[in-house]
Parts: sequence; C-alpha cells; structure tokens
Amino acid sequence: MTAVLAEGLKKHYGETKALDGLDLEVPQGEIFGLLGPNGAGKTTAVKVMTTLASPTAGRAVIDGIDVTKNPKAVRTRIGLTGQYAAVEERLTGRENLELVGRYFHHKKSELKSRATELLHMFDLMEAADRPANTYSGGMRRRLDIAMSLVARPAILFLDEPTTGLDPRSRLGMWEFIARLGDEGTTVLLTTQYLEEADVLAKKIAVIDHGLKIAEGSADQLKDQIGGDKVRVTIVKPENIQRAKQAIVPFATGAVDQDPESAQTLTAPIHAGGGVVPNIIRGLDDAGVDVLDVEVRRPTLDDVFLVLTGRAAEERGQEEL
Amino acid sequence: MTATAAPSELDHKHHPDDIAGSTGLIGIITDSLTESGRHLRIIPRNIELLIFATIQPVMFVLLFSFVFGGSIQTPPGFTDYDQYLMPGIFAQTVVFGSAFTSIGIAEDMSKGFIDRLRSLPIAQSSVLIGRTLSDVVRNAITFVTMLLVAFLLGFRFEGSLLGALGATALLLFFSYGLSWVQALIGLSVSSVEAANSAGFIWMFPITFVSSAFIDTSNLQYAWLRTVADWNPFTQVTNAARALYNGNDPGDAVMTSILWAVGMIVLFAFLATRKFNQISD
Repeated sequence: MTAVLAEGLKKHYGETKALDGLDLEVPQGEIFGLLGPNGAGKTTAVKVMTTLASPTAGRAVIDGIDVTKNPKAVRTRIGLTGQYAAVEERLTGRENLELVGRYFHHKKSELKSRATELLHMFDLMEAADRPANTYSGGMRRRLDIAMSLVARPAILFLDEPTTGLDPRSRLGMWEFIARLGDEGTTVLLTTQYLEEADVLAKKIAVIDHGLKIAEGSADQLKDQIGGDKVRVTIVKPENIQRAKQAIVPFATGAVDQDPESAQTLTAPIHAGGGVVPNIIRGLDDAGVDVLDVEVRRPTLDDVFLVLTGRAAEERGQEEL
Repeated sequence: MTATAAPSELDHKHHPDDIAGSTGLIGIITDSLTESGRHLRIIPRNIELLIFATIQPVMFVLLFSFVFGGSIQTPPGFTDYDQYLMPGIFAQTVVFGSAFTSIGIAEDMSKGFIDRLRSLPIAQSSVLIGRTLSDVVRNAITFVTMLLVAFLLGFRFEGSLLGALGATALLLFFSYGLSWVQALIGLSVSSVEAANSAGFIWMFPITFVSSAFIDTSNLQYAWLRTVADWNPFTQVTNAARALYNGNDPGDAVMTSILWAVGMIVLFAFLATRKFNQISD
C-alpha cells in the first residue's frame, strides 16, 4: 500500500519553481529518503505533503487522502518534524509531549502514559522534568521527533533531522530513526547528507531543481553510474604502462592514471568473482610491485556528480 | 471471507479518525484554551521577561508623575495631575503590551512552532485566538502591578468601583483589538527582531499624539489637534479617564468599543487569512 503519493507536484513562488513536477511513491512501512542539495525543493515538498503549503499544480495523496481536498484528515495521519527543533523551550520534555496530546484531545491518563512511553523510547527519561532549553541539540531533536509521534501517525515526515548536529549526536539520531523503521513506521526523510540516506533509507529519490532525477536503492543508484572502482598504487612510477596493460583485461571501462599520482591507476570493474586477486596476480606476473589495492563502491556523492555534473556539497555552499 | 489482513494494515487500525475532534465551536474553544495554556504556563518561568514587563510601566508611572507632574498644568476638572495622567499611562501601557503578540508570534514562527501547529488537526484559528487571549491575561497582570504603584503615589478611583472596573475592562478590550493588529504584523515580518521594531514603532505616535499626557486643545497646530482628537487612542483614554474620575464619558465609551470591535473583526480576518497562507 502506498503511504505517500505525489504526482506532477508543482509549487511555484513567483518566478521560482521550488517544485517543478515531482513524482514520488513511498510504500507503507519503509524509510524513504529524499536526497538533494540545499534549494533542491526538499522542504517545499514536505510542506506541500504536510498541508502547510498548497500545490500550484499536481497532487499529493497521504494515506489515501488528497492534501488539498481534506487537509484536516491528512493532519490526523501525519507527524512532522521540521528543520528547526520546534519544542517549547520553557516547558519540560514531558510537558511538551503532553501538550501535543492535548492538541489531539487525548484523555489525561492517555496523554500522560504516551508521554512516558515516548520519553523511554527516545532515552529522555532522565531529562523528562527539565525545561527543554537545558537540552543538548541532539536531545532537543529527539524530543522534537517524539512530539511528532504522540498520536501514532501513519507517516512521519523528518525534514533534515540531523542538520546542525555534531557527528556523535548524528550517529545517535540515526539509531533512533532506524529503530522507527524497524518498527514499521513509514518515514519520509529529507537530507542533504548522502551518507545519511545511504544508512537509513531503503529507497532514495534524488531531487534537484524541484524534479526527481534518479530513484532506487542506494546500491541501484551506485550501479547506475558504473558500479565499483579499483584503485591500484604501484611502487615504481616507471612501471605504470606495464601495470596498465595488466589491468585492462579485467576492467569494464578505461583504465586511467590518477592525475595526482604517477603511481596510481583507477579502473571500473565488477567486483567479485575473484577479479581483484586476478588483478593482483596479473600485476605480479608482469613484474610490477604493488603498494596498495583499494576497491571502492561509489558514494552517493559520485551519483550526484554523474547525474548533475556538479558535486552536491559544492552546490550547497553556493546557495548559502 | 477469511480475514487475513496484512500486518501493516493492523498496525494502523487504531489510527486516528476518532481523534480528529477539533471541529466546530467546541473544537475552536478547546484548542484555543490549550494554546493559551501553553503561553500562560511559561510566563512565570520567564522571570527576566516578567521583571522587565513590570518595570516598564512602573517606570512610566514614576517618570511622568515626578518629571511632568510639576510642570504640566492640571487640566480643569481634575484634582491633580496624577488623576489626569494615570489613566493615560494605563492606556499607554496596555497598548504597548499588545506588542507581545507580534513578538510571540514571530518567535513561534522562527523556531518552527507555527509549522508544527499547522500540521496538527487542530482548529487553525485557535493558534491566533489562543495567543491573543493569553496576551490579554498577561496585560491584566501588568495592569494590576501598575494600579498598585499608582495607588501608592496617591491615585484614587474618584468615581464608582463599577466605573473603575469598566474603565479597566475597556482598556484591556481595546488592547485585545490591537493584539489582532499585532498578530498580522507578527505573521508578516521575517524575524523576531523585525517584530520587535515593527510592533512598537507605531505605538509612539499613537500614544503621544493623543490626550494621554496632555490636553489636546493645547497642541500648537490645528491639524495636529484634529489628528489627536480623531485618534482612537484618545477616545479610549478619555473614556477610561472619565470613568476612573467619576466624570461623564459621553460618547467616548461607545466610540472606543466600536474601534476595538472594528479592529478585531478586520484584523482577525486579515491575520487568519495570512496564517493560512504562511507557506504560499
């Protein structure tokens, strides 16, 4: 069953086309990654799908309900954690959670027990009765996500949940998000961190300029740009031609010399089936001393570079 | 029929059509009270804000009373300048107090809380209703403090207690109307700093080109006198002043109520529309 469906979704702000015909299909019970650099349209997509903004054209259907036809029914089925930790600073963690329960008209006993349950789940029990403004960045984000889960939403939208967190808190946050996925919560996660989508999401849509430019599992996306690469470093630069000839039979494409090193060659290969040992053996037979052999699966950075001709991170910088 | 529902369907069975209760008037009231509760709960926890919000009116009372008290001639019909001045300061304070609305809303916007609220199945109007209501309560708290200081300086209700209560209610009602103007400002600006400025700046001409501190007939330009006399703030100040002093307020009470109602109707409409289009 489809939890989130977007068809030709457009959102224009004057001349700016934040979304320009986005198609998405998120199956129920999966973590789905929406990956793109700053300004790609990720947040706009989330805003339209969570009823905060109305689409200029196209449609978005959440848990079977069209966002423009019945926004209120959509709001009963979603949880939204935006880019900023939207917690009430001077209320305690527990009070923040109970507050959300009150917005949902939960009974007093129910909102209290749900708050405690979520505090446990997000490892906030110790800080439960401290005001949120004493929380660390990571704790605040956890509370923020917990607040989005009070009413057990069918779909949780996480808009860049780890932006601004230090590396350690980011890893911690990944564990919590992965656990939600294990428990069967449908999560639509936006991120500009390629690693994050790789680790968390079962399926990833890469978007740029408000359009989907690629979709698939992390592995599928990587295969799309030519799979694995082997990187061979030899001891003596004068043997480079001989080394090249030894590698050619195993490569699926051109064998290139690393522009920064006279001792290093890179080549696309299909890893597995003994290809790497064969390469080493071949080099040995050719009398080339090998310093290092490294097999590298491409990162999503590479994917973005191939798809758009630009590095994702660089582009993010430009738009800041 | 053999019911073999997929596990994922079962998971979402207790899923929430039953909690979408925020419909109709009851929903608006309940959700507004929840929102008001959120703001009121944090007032005692924000000690700094509470202190400064109290100091400012007390300072105005003391400054105007001591500095101008000796040099401004008491207008006819009043026992001393304090009896004339205090209602003006009360009026000025509640009007300035309405600026909390724009600042509060801008804060909620900047920290993403408004987005969170808009994604909940609550009556959307309750966000602004709750905010403006809690700001009236906050204003009332400030008012009580100010009254105490005024009493210490010798200010008295010269008329009936009912008249004084009526004057107080009128001032708070007027500031409630202004809160809706401030709500629109808070939703329209892009930062808390801008709200701080945009919420306050127009308060100065409104409160000074009025009868709050002086008799408008003493103003030196005829056009300025006209502006001051037409200023709704003059109307509400005159009404409150008459009621506190046991004088006949004439049309001023009705005029200020009409102004307040007008502001509420117009700006509640504009602010609510703006609220619904924040991301558009």
